[in-house]
Order: sequence, then structure tokens, then C-alpha cells
Amino acid sequence: MDDKNYSRRDFMAMAGVGGLVFASGLPGCASTGAGGQGDFSFVQLTDIHWGYGNPKVNPDTRGTLTKALAAVNAMEQKPDFVVFTGDLTQTTDDPKVRRQRLREFQDMSRSLNVPVRYFAGEHDASLDRGEAYLEVFGAQLNYTFEHKGILFIVLDNVSDPAPILGAKQIAWLKDDLTKQRADQPIVVLTHRPLFSMYPQWDWATRDGQQAIDLLMPFKNVTVFYGHVHHEHHHNTGHIQHHASKAVMFPLSPVGSMANKTQLPWEAAQPYKGLGWRSVRATSSGGSQHMREHDIG
Amino acid sequence: MLLKRRQLAGALLCTAAGGATAFYVHAPAVAAGTADAPARRLSVQARKFDFAPKEIRVTKGERVTIVLTSPDFVHGFSVPDFNVRADGIPGKTIEVTFIADKAGKFIFLCDNFCGEDHDKMTGWLIVTET
Repeated sequence: MDDKNYSRRDFMAMAGVGGLVFASGLPGCASTGAGGQGDFSFVQLTDIHWGYGNPKVNPDTRGTLTKALAAVNAMEQKPDFVVFTGDLTQTTDDPKVRRQRLREFQDMSRSLNVPVRYFAGEHDASLDRGEAYLEVFGAQLNYTFEHKGILFIVLDNVSDPAPILGAKQIAWLKDDLTKQRADQPIVVLTHRPLFSMYPQWDWATRDGQQAIDLLMPFKNVTVFYGHVHHEHHHNTGHIQHHASKAVMFPLSPVGSMANKTQLPWEAAQPYKGLGWRSVRATSSGGSQHMREHDIG
Repeated sequence: MLLKRRQLAGALLCTAAGGATAFYVHAPAVAAGTADAPARRLSVQARKFDFAPKEIRVTKGERVTIVLTSPDFVHGFSVPDFNVRADGIPGKTIEVTFIADKAGKFIFLCDNFCGEDHDKMTGWLIVTET
């Protein structure tokens, strides 16, 4: 990561309630609100697509992840954890290759010097309903964890070939939320957008609105997701949804072209459009601050 | 294939006659006087990783029935701009009917993740004024 690459939009502050506030672009803005005992940060890395192989889009497929991992390890203030938000691997119809890619990616990610959480994207899990993913990572496809007062909910909208959460998972979510206080800060981590971002490019979760409806009574909810391979921000009511740049290849911004397109590599600006995100959160959930990091 | 159809608040509920598989498709509310007009039947095959044909041409206002086959996977057939979608079931013929009530060029796609080149499974519905 190189500070000189920061754009003016690299620094953003978002209020915990009431929508996004874009900061001025000054690095100092990223630390606003930090410093309390419950403050912490985490990193979102998404869409690694380990095994991807189009050199016209990314001629440095092996090196790109290495660069991102090194940048995270070099952060002056270590995050409490890193979460990989799906599409850890490039899909393959060969189950053996799928497992090999998952294991290679897992080995690579072990170079991180902070705890790591994972969940699957459709490239990892759709073709076998998560069988290989679960075999390698030995975890659940959807789960919750609490960290310094914030409830993190991982939702699986990829292990069914149809982009759905499914009735069983929605019932699980409903049951979990009934146990929470109305002021419980919640961060949802998922791969596809929960809202109907652009179904023309398969950027939606068909029953995602049901999850959003269940989350609406909670005043402090933020959703972080991947899948769309570019930075995007959206509100459904007071719930904020933030897509991060991908690690492996960028996609055309939503609706900007007739077809969803992998953007070609620019030799003059290598790694353009690739990146990752750090989030500084407070345990009260009252404010969170995102910072978008370039790769390269 | 016979098709049982009943209208539910702007949605067409379609059932493959005699089959265990039911599917539904949201479609624009059917205008009075056109709901029972004969539909133009257009065959579409979804197969890894393409549609045949890749381009469907109809006229604005036309009632269209897509006759969908999908021999190798439960591919989706989705035209989001018309709120039309269905799942192609291997071994079955699935029909989905809607009215092409606006002109333009609209993408259709497989929206069930089907493999390495899933993203290439797109086509175009072209609705002309005349």
C-alpha cells in the first residue's frame, strides 16, 4: 500500500445512523471518533479469485494477493481481524481443482499476522453447495460472532446456485435477532448485495429484502459485501451497504456498460481498480470509518 | 404442455401441467383484453454456457411465451426489466408468458450460478415499436 496512491475518495467517514458522510479526503479524517477503549478496526478483503488466469486483466495473479496481504501485515495499527468476504477462489467445474485452490488460498492467507475469518462466495460454493469449502475451512457457511460489543452476522447467499438466502437461513436470522436489543450494533457480512443492486448483471439476492426487513428495527446496521468488484455505497432506509474493491480484478461500475465487463489491465496504472478496505469501529456502534486502500 | 394459469396481483402463477415442478414468474399486470390474446411462442434453449437463440426479437405490446428447455442444469432465464424469470428444469419444458410492454434492448441472463463461464450466459430481448 502506498499513501501516494490515495484518491480524494479514499477516506470516508460514515455515521452509524443516518447515512454516509464523505470526509474531506484528509488522512486525519480516518481517525475521527477513534481512541475509546472499545474502538477497534478490521480489514475486509474480497474477491480473491485464486486460480484466475486472464493476463489481459491481471498479469500478476499470484503477486496481487501477496501485495495485499503484505500491506495488511504492514499496517501501523494492526486490525483486530481480517475478514475475507467470499470468492476466495475462481470457480472450476473440477472438484479436485476447487479443493486445491481453496487450500492454496488458505495457505496464503495464513501469512497474515492477525486473526482471520472467512466465508464463501458463489465461485467457492455454488457448484457443490459449499461441500469443498466446508471440507477445507471446517466452519459454517453462515454464522455470527461478537467482537467488542458489535454483533457480526455472516449471511450465506451463495451456496445455493440461485442467489438466495433461503427460508431456513432467514428463519435462523429471525431467531437470532429476536434475542438482540434494539440498540445492538450489527455488522452484516455477506458476499452478494442483499438489496436488488442490478439484477441485470446478477447483482442481487432474490430474497435479500426479507433479511433487510428483519434488520430494519435495529437502528445501527451496516452491511459489508463484495461480488461487484468495485466500491459502491447504498442505503436501504437507515441500513448502509458498502461494497469493496476486489483483490484480483475490477468489474465495470454498475450499469455503466451493456454487459458486465472485466476491466483490462493498464500498464501505466498497474493494479488500477484493485483494493481492500479497513474499517474502524466503536463498540457503541455510534460511528464507523472506512478507508479504501489501493493495491500496488 | 398445458399450462394452468391464474393471475395473482400482477404476477402470473404458472404450473407445468402434471409435473411435480411448479414455478412462478412475476410479470407486468396483464392489460384488459390482452390477457387471453394468443401468445407468440418462442423456443429458447439454455445450455452451459449459452442461450440459443442469443437474441429474441418481438414487437411492443406482443404477448410472448418463452418455451424454455435446459438439458444440463437448472439454468435461470431472467429478464429483469420485465420482472420475468423462470428456472429451466432438465427433462422438462417450462413456459413463461409475459407482455413486452416497452420498447428497447433488454438483457436476459442465467441467474443460477452454473459454472466457469456462467457470466457469459446472457442474451438480448429486443422489443421494437413496430
